[in-house]
Amino acid sequence: MSTAKFWSISFLVAAALLLLTRGFFTNEYFYFAGYVVLQYIVLSTAWNILGGYTGYTNFGVGAFFAVGAYSSVVLHKLTSLPVPVMIVVGGLMSGILGFGMGYLTLRLRGVFFAIATLALAIVAQTFIVNWDFVGGSRGVYVIRPQQAPLYGSYIQYLYSLMLILSWVSVAIARTIERSRLGLGFNAIRDDEAAAEAAGVPTLRLKLISTTLSGALMGMAGAPLPYYVTYLDPTSSFNLSYAVNSVAMPLIGGMTSWIGPVIGAVLLGTIQQLATVTISSALNLLIVGVLLIAFVIIAPNGIVGLVQARRRARLR
Amino acid sequence: MRRGTDHGRGREDAAIARGRWVRVCGLAFVPLTGMVSLDLAVNAVVAGLLLGGFYAAVTVGVTISFGMLEIVNIAHPAFIMLGSFVAYIVNSNFGIDPILIGVVMAPVFFLVGMAVYQIYFYAFEQRGEESIQGLAFFFGLLFVGEVALILVFGVDYRFVEASYIGPSLHFGFVDLPLRMLTPCLVSLLMLGVLQVFLGRTFIGRAILAVSQDRLALQLMAANPTRVKRIAFGISIATASVAGALLIIIQPVEPSVGRDYIGRIFAICVLGGMTSFPGMLAGAMLIGIVESITATFYGPSWAPAVAFGFLLLTLAVRPAGILGR
Repeated sequence: MSTAKFWSISFLVAAALLLLTRGFFTNEYFYFAGYVVLQYIVLSTAWNILGGYTGYTNFGVGAFFAVGAYSSVVLHKLTSLPVPVMIVVGGLMSGILGFGMGYLTLRLRGVFFAIATLALAIVAQTFIVNWDFVGGSRGVYVIRPQQAPLYGSYIQYLYSLMLILSWVSVAIARTIERSRLGLGFNAIRDDEAAAEAAGVPTLRLKLISTTLSGALMGMAGAPLPYYVTYLDPTSSFNLSYAVNSVAMPLIGGMTSWIGPVIGAVLLGTIQQLATVTISSALNLLIVGVLLIAFVIIAPNGIVGLVQARRRARLR
Repeated sequence: MRRGTDHGRGREDAAIARGRWVRVCGLAFVPLTGMVSLDLAVNAVVAGLLLGGFYAAVTVGVTISFGMLEIVNIAHPAFIMLGSFVAYIVNSNFGIDPILIGVVMAPVFFLVGMAVYQIYFYAFEQRGEESIQGLAFFFGLLFVGEVALILVFGVDYRFVEASYIGPSLHFGFVDLPLRMLTPCLVSLLMLGVLQVFLGRTFIGRAILAVSQDRLALQLMAANPTRVKRIAFGISIATASVAGALLIIIQPVEPSVGRDYIGRIFAICVLGGMTSFPGMLAGAMLIGIVESITATFYGPSWAPAVAFGFLLLTLAVRPAGILGR
């Protein structure tokens, strides 16, 4: 797909989702469900910038996501800024967290980074639990404004914001993929020592990758307080965010920007359906089992399967 | 969302319950401006040593799998949880001693561990895709284990009954609660047995050899895969005992295991990855620091301690405190 084609098609898809849904879906539930799927597109795309392109595994998605959400809570209590500004601030905070994490651990083997991110989620949660201003372990209520700023209901407004955000993050991921930066990331993933020897500034690139990935996760989390209206540490730091953000790119395919999108739409939709029809605990089990099954049977995800079939046909 | 919040409250209760044995003098919080009494501090250190002894049992499996075999088994806490719940089921139905259950079930866990390694070997090691896919595999296992336990047992806290849960020994002003002392002693015993096994037996030496030089072992006509399979089985078998010890020390619900991830790997890295004495020293250090934190600042801060140590070690001295 050429660059011009990508921009026009993705813009049309986003615009169609934004406009057509207003006409077709009168039930508010669609926006609640759609918001979650879009949020996972942002999260899995963000995870894939570090995990798929650069080859470093981040299990602390919940921490970055919740830092974005809680920075919005702080802003909500202190100011009356509009949500888009909160998204930017949430992104900044999580980006700083990503930079710090990367700076402390990335000089070592990648495994240590993965373990440190796992522990990071627990420690960030400890801090929030002990911070009374944002509700501590009791949680905090966030009252939505009565009127949505532009049109429709407030949930429609949040849905539109998340749609724009997911379009932006997919566009960022694709731009990186085709740029010198992306080549550097891939070099690190394939062989870090060789990349370093060939003159790739590995530490700097890794820091760019962690910062960018963390920032996008924070941006995805920033509107969350307005979406749920009640935020508590256990639900906002939930391990299921990390499992989903890891599972979606792995199931979709990690090498290309389309992989996380496929994974997020597929898994996100399955989960929404399973939550309504079966139970919310069981749908987490589905994700975990699918993740294990895919890494064993199809390590390159759906995109990998399609590519293999195409290659076989050409031969 | 509803269930999530109840869950959160339960977690806090557990933190308080955990704190109960740590803050030995019954003071939840001592203002920094106030006098730090000597007996409080001594009791905190003693409680920390006992806690550290127990942490060694939790970590020894990861020292074998991560340190020696370089298999990043982040699902180890899930196996420990499984051990806890097996101990809970048998204990609540038949009233058998939890430690005995842990030891008797260890061979079953050994077989489970061998099976998991076999899958890991065929799916990842053989294909040379150990990095992200392998990590995601264990991450998936961790998550599936937790969710499966929640589906079966719910998020209620479970505990076991045994004669040594409750009474304490007293030496002057020092308290030794038996529910802490017994796990600590069992853990040290297990560590000693494993140390002798690794040093004296043929298989044990082969495991050490795998951790040092896999190619050389192959040249000696030994099969590294078989040795690793046995070693990984042993590492999971320790989770059976560690799980039984855990449910003696504190009430357990499925997501408690998550708190141990940071702790386990912090201790493993602190101890220099491969050595048992180093690991024990790391465990004692974390135990004491956590216990002091819980006594003087409140138990809700304790989980942050292990992570702080992990980051500090990784940043300053990645070879560990007793490392080369």
